Amino acid sequence: MNPFSSGTRLRDMIRAIRSCKTAAEERAVVRKECAAIRAAISENDQDYRHRNLAKLMFIHMLGYPTHFGQMECLKLIASSGFPEKRIGYLALMLLLDERQEVLMLVTNSLKQDLNHSNQYIIGLALCALGNICSAEMARDLAPEVERLLQFRDPNIRKKAALCSIRIIKKVPDLAENFINPAASLLREKHHGVLITAVQLCTDLCKVSSEALEYFREKCTEGLVKTLKDMANSSYSPEYDVAGITDPFLHIRLLKLLRILGQGDPDASDCMNDILAQVATKIESNKNAGNAILYECVGTIMSIEDNGGLRVLAINILGRFLSNRDNNIRYVALNMLMKAMTVDAQAVQRHRATILECVKDSDASIRKKALDLVYLLVNESNVKPLTKELIGYLEASDQEFKGVLTDKICSLVEKFSPEKIWYIDQMLKVLSEAGSFVKDEVWHALIVVISNASDLHGYSVRALYRASQTTTEQESLVRVAVWCIGEYGDILVNNVGMLDIEEPITVTESDAVDAVEVAIKRHTSDLTTKAMALIALLKLSSRFPSCSARIKDIILQNKQSFVLELQQRSIEFNCILQKHQNVRAALVERMPVLDEATFSGRRAGSLPTSVSTSTGTAHNIPNGIAKPAAAPVADLLDLSSDDAPAPSSSGGDFLQDLLGVDLSTASAPPSASQPPKGGTDVLLDLLSIGTSPPAQSSSSASDILSSIQDNTASLANLNGLTSLSPLSANGNSPASPAPVMDLLDGFGPSPQKNEENGPAYPSLVAYESSSLRMSFNFSKQPGNPQTTLIQATFTNLSPNVYNDFLFQAAVPKFLQLHLDPASSNTLPANGSISQSMKVTNSQHGKKSLVMRIRIAYKMNGKEVLEEGQVNNFPRDL
Amino acid sequence: MRHNPEEAQRHQKSESGIPAFEAPENPDFPFRLLSRMIHFVLLISRQGKVRLTKWYSPYSQKERTKVIRELGGVILSRGPKLCNFVDWRGFKVVYKRYASLYFCMCIDQDDNELEVLEIIHHFVEILDRYFGSVCELDLIFNFHKAYYILDELLLAGELQESSKKTVARLIAAQDSLVETAKEQASSISNIIAQATK
Repeated sequence: MNPFSSGTRLRDMIRAIRSCKTAAEERAVVRKECAAIRAAISENDQDYRHRNLAKLMFIHMLGYPTHFGQMECLKLIASSGFPEKRIGYLALMLLLDERQEVLMLVTNSLKQDLNHSNQYIIGLALCALGNICSAEMARDLAPEVERLLQFRDPNIRKKAALCSIRIIKKVPDLAENFINPAASLLREKHHGVLITAVQLCTDLCKVSSEALEYFREKCTEGLVKTLKDMANSSYSPEYDVAGITDPFLHIRLLKLLRILGQGDPDASDCMNDILAQVATKIESNKNAGNAILYECVGTIMSIEDNGGLRVLAINILGRFLSNRDNNIRYVALNMLMKAMTVDAQAVQRHRATILECVKDSDASIRKKALDLVYLLVNESNVKPLTKELIGYLEASDQEFKGVLTDKICSLVEKFSPEKIWYIDQMLKVLSEAGSFVKDEVWHALIVVISNASDLHGYSVRALYRASQTTTEQESLVRVAVWCIGEYGDILVNNVGMLDIEEPITVTESDAVDAVEVAIKRHTSDLTTKAMALIALLKLSSRFPSCSARIKDIILQNKQSFVLELQQRSIEFNCILQKHQNVRAALVERMPVLDEATFSGRRAGSLPTSVSTSTGTAHNIPNGIAKPAAAPVADLLDLSSDDAPAPSSSGGDFLQDLLGVDLSTASAPPSASQPPKGGTDVLLDLLSIGTSPPAQSSSSASDILSSIQDNTASLANLNGLTSLSPLSANGNSPASPAPVMDLLDGFGPSPQKNEENGPAYPSLVAYESSSLRMSFNFSKQPGNPQTTLIQATFTNLSPNVYNDFLFQAAVPKFLQLHLDPASSNTLPANGSISQSMKVTNSQHGKKSLVMRIRIAYKMNGKEVLEEGQVNNFPRDL
Repeated sequence: MRHNPEEAQRHQKSESGIPAFEAPENPDFPFRLLSRMIHFVLLISRQGKVRLTKWYSPYSQKERTKVIRELGGVILSRGPKLCNFVDWRGFKVVYKRYASLYFCMCIDQDDNELEVLEIIHHFVEILDRYFGSVCELDLIFNFHKAYYILDELLLAGELQESSKKTVARLIAAQDSLVETAKEQASSISNIIAQATK
């Protein structure tokens, strides 16, 4: 025996580890044991191999690395004795998973053991195969498993059946081999075999429609009979659980029947009686019985409509909902959620009870209930339900507030019957849980306020009032500050007073006070402070009497350590001091923000949109120089009419307005904007990161020409540039950008996209029997490397495609950016479009090439189409 | 047709020049395409120590540690008398406490939670019968036996046997196989020892 081996028994090692008082002590013991085991491994010690491996398993469970023992598993499995194999297989399943290459080496041993004369060794091999086999192994060993489905001992048959499930999930095209053997297993009497066979059939139906058809036709009646026999069987002690014979088999049979009955009236008809019997006869005082009832309700909801049964099922759920057991209430809520799609009216009847559950002391139940309430809300009941939820917002604990706030905001937005109600509710939420409100939500509120011109006065007064009483809710303060800045004059003059409002007297200095509080409060973050700065600038023009005071406040930020604030305060100060003539025009009220664009951008930022862009083409920090060059050129050449201008989106205004938002996580990422890194701060500062340079330059030139003060303002701009040397940072041409953002609002925005580049013929990039994809190309003038591709997908079948997802992959010399598709549902014979941008770094040398993958669901079945597009026009 | 990750990967290796697809996936837990009833079984003590883990879906070592830490935090902090289900990362974890041990099983959203509770109880009853009023120490020192029992009860994340008696019988038969082999080995070594005396 080697000198390092401690030779301790497993039991002694466990004891030693357990007696450790500190983590360090434990580590020391484990390290010593591991060293001994390693030594034994390198000496190829055979006598203690199984003991060492057992120790390793224990060490593994404690979370220590044990990869060095992996080969030992294989050796033990390859040995001949049952005890060694038993430990070896156990360790194999514990220490390895299907993604490890080592696993392939065990295939041969597995094959031998599957053909072993000892049934327990076959059992071990089946167990290992079922738990961790990879697709390759599944393919290699499927014939063995198939054969074992007919083995003489039922315990092997059941293991083989479950193993088959793993195999068909790994390699779905093997499914057809298992259909017949699975069907014959259904006729067995042995419960273990029956349970596993039913399970196998269920999974076969999920992967193969052929199997589904087969079982539906051949086995439905048999299964119904089996279930009937079970339900009527007398007491059998071996399978009895709380007075019910084998609830596990009950449940599996119901599950399979659900799949067979779904979408097939005949099969559904066949099982109606037995479902009614189960639903009425099973005792519901024990968990086992409730589990069966729950499954039965699920089946009734899924199979083809039978009015009577549905009523029965909803009644069971109603009973569940009023149960005192939390588990039962949880599953009731869960099932009611599914029932919503079947019979929303019936679920609405339980609304009051469900609302109570939102206030439950159990977080799991609260969450489920809230999800359900969310589904229950419609136009007719949104007001009372929202009132309930907002009322509950006060009482709920912090953890739950976030989820609750999200849901309320989403409901209010979705169903608000009128704007004033929306604004009211949002105000309540902001005052109660403003810190949980997501950025895009309060952005949306600002957009709505901006659009509701008759409510400007009402909103700003309400916000002013709210911000006087509540100061710790960040997003409330932001919205309030924005509105005071924009509508300060309305606030002071009580313009547009509604009847329902209480009169309020706000002086000009009160309004400035409110903003000053926001900027001076130490808990305010950068965004709030920057918004307050802008508000102050705006107020300076609205309230000439407070101008001097405002200048003071702005000047105080000149020494701010935050670059953004410092720069803005210097710039604003400069505007206040030197440019009285343009100030009024500069700080005019924002043009109405475009709701459609904003919601479009929000939709684009949803996580469901999958972009396979290979690089962050737009935000690379090195890119600063390039986009910055364009505005300068435009500044100098104000008459240039042919500035390339993609249609500027109104939604950008908001972002530009808030262009100070440095909190990277909270910025609503638009689809064209990959996640920001720290390096982008500069880009953000200059606000050129998010909007294409062409856009800001074009609006800048518009403004300048509209002001009709060309030379003067150009000089001004240059003056500003030199005033902010810090920000310039070697990129001086870029620094006019912030000013342009200020000015951004003036530009008459729509500018048509001029087709300057050569035209390319469109092509059919992909076509199958069910789908056609065609590409239209266009180039941005001055950027020959980049091609804009408009892909149009046309559904050639009479079926609707759901969850449509287009993906594309390109070689390294190309960069691809995908915008979200216009919809993820492709109607029958309809079409949707999706635009993408390809940048060819080898432009002129290599032509485009692309591999595509299209996934969608047709009639609930997933379909995947793949292809390669080689026929791009040469010079793209 | 279902999307099969391994298949796709092999496919892509053969064609050079074009990189692999970026499949939409959960960055934390990739490869989670297959649905199965039970994704993993976890036994944690009240102190958060792991007593048994069984993974039926592929989780890397790092993920496993993370899962255990995360779930331990969630489950151990839940008060008594609350429901036995926790929503977790789009999955559901069904747990039940027996004495000082928490038995947890992670299942898909549409699976029957109540049944899984029943399976947990089934497992505990078999353990109880095997060890004779089982306690945490039994499971620590005989952890491998607990695994053997679990392997007779679940396979590929699915239930394989609803009869406690059958499981007990199968385990007993295999235990006796091991005993016989041991006796043989010791008798052989005795013979050798005597022969070489």
